[in-house]
Amino acid sequence: MSIAITTQIICFTVLSLIILIGALGVVLLESIVYSAFLLGGVFMSVAGLYLLLNASFVAAAQVLVYVGAVNVLIIFAIMLVNKKEDLKPINDIKSRRIISTSICLTLLSLLIRVDLTNVWSLSSPQNSIGEESTIRIGEHLFSDYLLPFELASVLLLMAMIGAIVLARRDVMTKDISTGLPVDQELIEKSSEPLLTNKN
Amino acid sequence: MDYGLDLEYSFNEFLKGFGISSDIAHIIWLPLPMLLVLVAAVVGVLVTVWLERKISAAAQQRIGPEYAGALGVLQPIADGLKLLVKEDIIPAKADGILFTAGPILVLVPVILSWLIVPFGQNLLISNVGIGIFLWISLSSIQPIGLLMSGYASNNKYSLLGGLRAAAQSISYEIPLALSVLAIVLMTNSLSTIDIVNQQSGAGILSWNIWRQPVGFIVFWICALAECERLPFDLPEAEEELVAGYQTEYAGMKFALFYLGSYINLILSALLVSILYLGGWGFPIPVELIAKFLNLPIDAPFIQVFTASIGIVMTVLKAYLLVFIAILLRWTTPRVRIDQLLDLGWKFLLPISLANLLITAGLKLAFPQFFGG
Repeated sequence: MSIAITTQIICFTVLSLIILIGALGVVLLESIVYSAFLLGGVFMSVAGLYLLLNASFVAAAQVLVYVGAVNVLIIFAIMLVNKKEDLKPINDIKSRRIISTSICLTLLSLLIRVDLTNVWSLSSPQNSIGEESTIRIGEHLFSDYLLPFELASVLLLMAMIGAIVLARRDVMTKDISTGLPVDQELIEKSSEPLLTNKN
Repeated sequence: MDYGLDLEYSFNEFLKGFGISSDIAHIIWLPLPMLLVLVAAVVGVLVTVWLERKISAAAQQRIGPEYAGALGVLQPIADGLKLLVKEDIIPAKADGILFTAGPILVLVPVILSWLIVPFGQNLLISNVGIGIFLWISLSSIQPIGLLMSGYASNNKYSLLGGLRAAAQSISYEIPLALSVLAIVLMTNSLSTIDIVNQQSGAGILSWNIWRQPVGFIVFWICALAECERLPFDLPEAEEELVAGYQTEYAGMKFALFYLGSYINLILSALLVSILYLGGWGFPIPVELIAKFLNLPIDAPFIQVFTASIGIVMTVLKAYLLVFIAILLRWTTPRVRIDQLLDLGWKFLLPISLANLLITAGLKLAFPQFFGG
C-alpha cells in the first residue's frame, strides 16, 4: 500500500468519525450554543470529505456557504436572542417519540436501499477531472442545470423579502408574534439620525 | 512561461542520490515549505510590529522604541517574550473550551491562507487550482472564532464586540469577493500563479491596477476592514471602548489574536500586490533585461537572480502597502458603526457589482486588453 492511499484512509476515518460524533452532539447536547459550533465542525469535515474526493471547488464552496454564511448566521441569531428558558414538559411525549422514530427509521431504510442499489464505482478512470471541475461546474450551471440554479435564486430572493418584511415592522400594523398593534413611535425613534442638527 | 526554479524537484533528486525512494523524499520535503512560510509569517509580523511602533512614533513626533537593539529592532521580540511568559488566565465564569478554541479558530485560517501566496513561478506551497477562492472561503471561517471568543468570555462587552466584529467581517467579505471575481474574470483562472502571469506581459504597464482601479480601491478598503485596522477597527477601538472580544484574554491567547491580526494584515498586503500590482513581477520585465544584456534566460544564475528579484519585489510591494496601512492607522479618525455598515452595504457593494458588470462588458468588447 502506498503512502498516499494510507493517508487517504486515515483522513477518511478521522473525518467520518468527526462527522458522526459531531452530528450526534448537535442533536443530543443540551446547550444550543455548543450545538451550533459543533454544526460548524461537521460542515468543515464534510468539506474535508469533498477534498478527499478531489472536488476542491465544491469543498471551498461548502466552507464558504455552509460555515461562512449559514453557520455564522445561526450563531448570530442564537447570540442575539440568548433567552434562558426552561423547557416545558410535553404531555404526549411517548406517542411523539414513536412517530418521530418511525419516520427516522423509514428515512434510514430508504437511504440504505439507495446505498445498496446504486452503482457507486465509475466505469472509467478518465472521469476524474480534478482541477478542471470548476469549469465543468460552470458549464453545467449555465446549460442543463440552468432552471434549478435560477429557481434557487428566486427562493433566496423570497427569503430576503420575507426577512425585510419581518425586520421592518412599519409595513405591518400588527406585531406578528403577539398580535398587538405596532408601536409606531418606536420605529420613528430608530429612524432618527444619531446626531441631530442644532439650529 | 514554465521556467524558473523548481526546488522540490531538485531536492527530491538530491535525496534520490542517497538512495532514498521518491515517496520518502516527498514526505521529507512536505514540512519544509510549511515551516519556511510559518517562519516567514512570524518574522513578517515582528517587522510589522516594529514598523508600527516606529511610524506611529514619527507620526506623533516621538522617538519610539530605542534601547532594545539598534533602533529598537528587538522590541517586538521583547513584546512576544512578555506575552509568552505571562500567566494564562481563564476567567472563573468563562466557558473554558470555547474560550481556548476561539483564538485558535481566528489564527489557523489566516495561516492556512499562506498556502496560495506565490513568491515566484514555483515558489509557493501549493498551486491549487481554486487558488484565490480558497483564501475567500478560509477567511469566512474567522467570524466563528470571533463570535466564539466573544461568547465564551461571559462578558457583555466581549459578546457585543464579537458580534460587531463578525458583522463587519461578513459585510465586507461580499464586495471583497466581487472585486476578486472581476480579476478572475480577466484571468480566466482562480490560480494565483495564473493571475500574476497574466499581468507580466509589459511590466508595470500591464499590472491590473490600471485595468481595475475601482476594484483595487474597493479591495483595499475591504481588506483593511477585514483586518480590523483603523479607520475600521471598531471591534477593538482601544481609546474609546472596552477592547471588544479580546477583553478577557491575556498571555498567549491574547498573543494569538495579536499575531492573527498582523499576519492577516501582511497576507492582505501580499494579496493586493499579487492581484493588482503584478506579484513577483519587476516593473520592467526581466526577460527584456536579459535579452538586452544578451543573457540566456535558462542559465542557472539568471534563474536564481530572477527568483530572488521576485521574492524581493513581492515583499517590497507588500511592505509598501503595510506602510500605507500603518500611516492610515495613525492619521485617520475612526468611523462609526452605522457609517461603517452604510459604507459596506450602500456604497462598496453596488460599486463592486457595477465594476464586475463593466469588466465583463469590457472583456467582451476588448478581449485583447481584458483577457480573452
